[in-house]
Amino acid sequence: MDLNLTREEVAFRDEFRSWLASNVPNDWSRWREKPLEESFSYLRAWQRRLHEGGWAAVSWPKEYGGRGATLMQQAIFWEEMARVEAPPMANALGLGLIGPTIIAYGTDAQKKRFIPKILSAEEIWCQGFSEPNAGSDLAALQTEARLDDGDYVVNGQKVWTSYGWVGDWCELVVRTDPAAPKHKGLTVLLVDMKSRGVEVRPLRQMTGESEFNELFFRDVRVPIENVLGKVNDGWNVAVSTLMYERGSYGARLHLLFKRNISRLIELARSVPRNGRSAAEDPLIRQKLAQCFAEIEIMRLNQLRAFSRITATGVPGPEGSIQKIFWSELNQRVQQLAQEILGPYGHLLAADPHAIDKGLWSYGYLRTRGNTIEAGTSEVQRNIIGHFVLGLPRSY
Amino acid sequence: MEFGLNESQEILRDSARSFFSGECPMSEVRRLMATDSAYDSSLWRKLADQGYTGIIFPEEYGGVGLGQVELILLMEEAGRALLPGPFFSTVALAGSVIDALATAEQKKNYLAPICGGEARSTVAILEVAASWELEDIQMAAASGKLSGEKLFVPDAAVADWIVVLTRNGVFLVDKKSPGVRISPMFSMDLTRKLYAVQFDNAPAERLGDLAGAKTAMDIATAALVAEMVGGMQSTLDRTVEYAKTRKQFGKTIGSFQAVQHQCADMYLETESSRSAAYYAAWALEENVPDARAAVSIAKIYASDAGRTVGNRGIQIHGGMGFTWENDLHLYYRRAKASETTFGDATFHRERLARLAIDSASVAGTSA
Repeated sequence: MDLNLTREEVAFRDEFRSWLASNVPNDWSRWREKPLEESFSYLRAWQRRLHEGGWAAVSWPKEYGGRGATLMQQAIFWEEMARVEAPPMANALGLGLIGPTIIAYGTDAQKKRFIPKILSAEEIWCQGFSEPNAGSDLAALQTEARLDDGDYVVNGQKVWTSYGWVGDWCELVVRTDPAAPKHKGLTVLLVDMKSRGVEVRPLRQMTGESEFNELFFRDVRVPIENVLGKVNDGWNVAVSTLMYERGSYGARLHLLFKRNISRLIELARSVPRNGRSAAEDPLIRQKLAQCFAEIEIMRLNQLRAFSRITATGVPGPEGSIQKIFWSELNQRVQQLAQEILGPYGHLLAADPHAIDKGLWSYGYLRTRGNTIEAGTSEVQRNIIGHFVLGLPRSY
Repeated sequence: MEFGLNESQEILRDSARSFFSGECPMSEVRRLMATDSAYDSSLWRKLADQGYTGIIFPEEYGGVGLGQVELILLMEEAGRALLPGPFFSTVALAGSVIDALATAEQKKNYLAPICGGEARSTVAILEVAASWELEDIQMAAASGKLSGEKLFVPDAAVADWIVVLTRNGVFLVDKKSPGVRISPMFSMDLTRKLYAVQFDNAPAERLGDLAGAKTAMDIATAALVAEMVGGMQSTLDRTVEYAKTRKQFGKTIGSFQAVQHQCADMYLETESSRSAAYYAAWALEENVPDARAAVSIAKIYASDAGRTVGNRGIQIHGGMGFTWENDLHLYYRRAKASETTFGDATFHRERLARLAIDSASVAGTSA
């Protein structure tokens, strides 16, 4: 056990830090408040710049334009990005989830066709997994694809698709064998979102925004060479994408959480409570300290998971711990913010009295979704129960 | 950065696990807890022969000279086995204080016999106010003599020396000295006995300043958290095993989500406590700036988690879990004692608040 950075890790950090120093844009703070529709081309340009420096996909193997970075180096990458408050990259799903899945399962032709444009943000990717009747029970999905004259013809509906409105391509899970058991009859297709018959509608969420879309497919023709992996082996391909989702995301969140708790401590110092500041109120202090402690433990759990994954080679079901931990913690932090800020915590960005431009009212509502998105807490507990502890399947 | 165990650490852990399961099975735990002191001299000799009593102490005093992480691994296994007796009091607590404060001459006299397994010791901290705040200590030494009463002193009956924290320094008292009277306090944890110790003009040898004992107390706290992790792991293992075999309504109860999700939470709580304990040990070993905060974070989390894991474990065992013959309540008792020892979660949240809220910042180390 040695939690100091190794020489290689320090070198990696220093190289990226100095690249960032001369490349990170200085006007992101003005752009970040605009709707994503307006800032998206800005984010594409930023990703292109990272790509030109070789920094867009550090986790990918070198031969595909990455740096073969270890999990620790990936964590360092995201920490450095957060430290300079760098903008996010436009093609988040392509880089984080779908690119790695194509590298793992794709044909040479598919890799050659898709990988470079994922890196350069020329083609933005979205993910067509969930359906109105297939959420936690993803394998129950009904969107079907029938073979017709060398093409798959797709009919069905997807929901909760991030980046659907701007997506050029979609990693789509479809049912190709309705007679097979539900996990066995699925296939992953790479679908051109400009195909005839694809309709994208915004899905308005409880925060009032539309981060996600609904996708409708009516007789959409997908050439057979766009099957990713084997026909009827789509469950394994999709699960591998979900593993990437649970593996690396937590590392990026830690710094955001750290920033939130620091800001909350600062706010608590200025809010009066029982004749003193909230930061001096014994109960508020207890709750702040509890959140502070758990945010640190979230980091430590993550680091232990990295070492375990590095030793075993693949992200395993332990990722479920991180997902439960950060999502439930985030909700507690936001609840504490509400307790500290009182009625000010309710004010929306539009109100001139709002604190931090309405960040806390937004955060309270947005984090409600954390224990649902990317696998509900209930599904994560099923995964731990069955795959980690070896208890019988409960569903 | 590597947050896993290296090969020699894994070997230490594995051999400790098989040592404790062989030498201190639950039948032995139950035998010892029914005795006055929960101490067994032949078990103690075996612990010493393994090098465990000198694990973190310098080789010049007969120790093994290993680090905090190794101590943590050993304590975790001791906790898993619910090891009764004065091992924790002697090594992690008194040994750490003596190692931190004593002169070379004193270490030769007091630390070397601990390493060699010839002596046992403990630390007397609490008084009638039962406050873990060292600033609340009232007892003071006067011209090399101690008078007054210390309470909740672990394993005092089998200790050769009692290290006493006082307002004007840390002192060592030979238990056989005139003016030392030890009487048992009957407490919930049957495997770690507590005592009231009365000093009446007892001769005391000064080891050092009270402030100098703070890091040693942190070492003991981290070690206690590791022991708690071992207890949680054992409770989790027993509970998962039970959930896999116990049938109701024609199914194993582990197939019910109401049961399974509680097991998942026990796992999350145990693993998170372990992460915090390991980091606290490493931070103490490396003396990093946030070591004190790391110890509080570990004690905050494990204090609540230890209790919660015990509650869930007994709940899942149903009526069986409430019986005397089931071992879970022995862990449950220890968990409650450890939750309180060195300050519970509430105490350490306030301690962390002083570090993280009142002072400028105590940002975690990078990445």
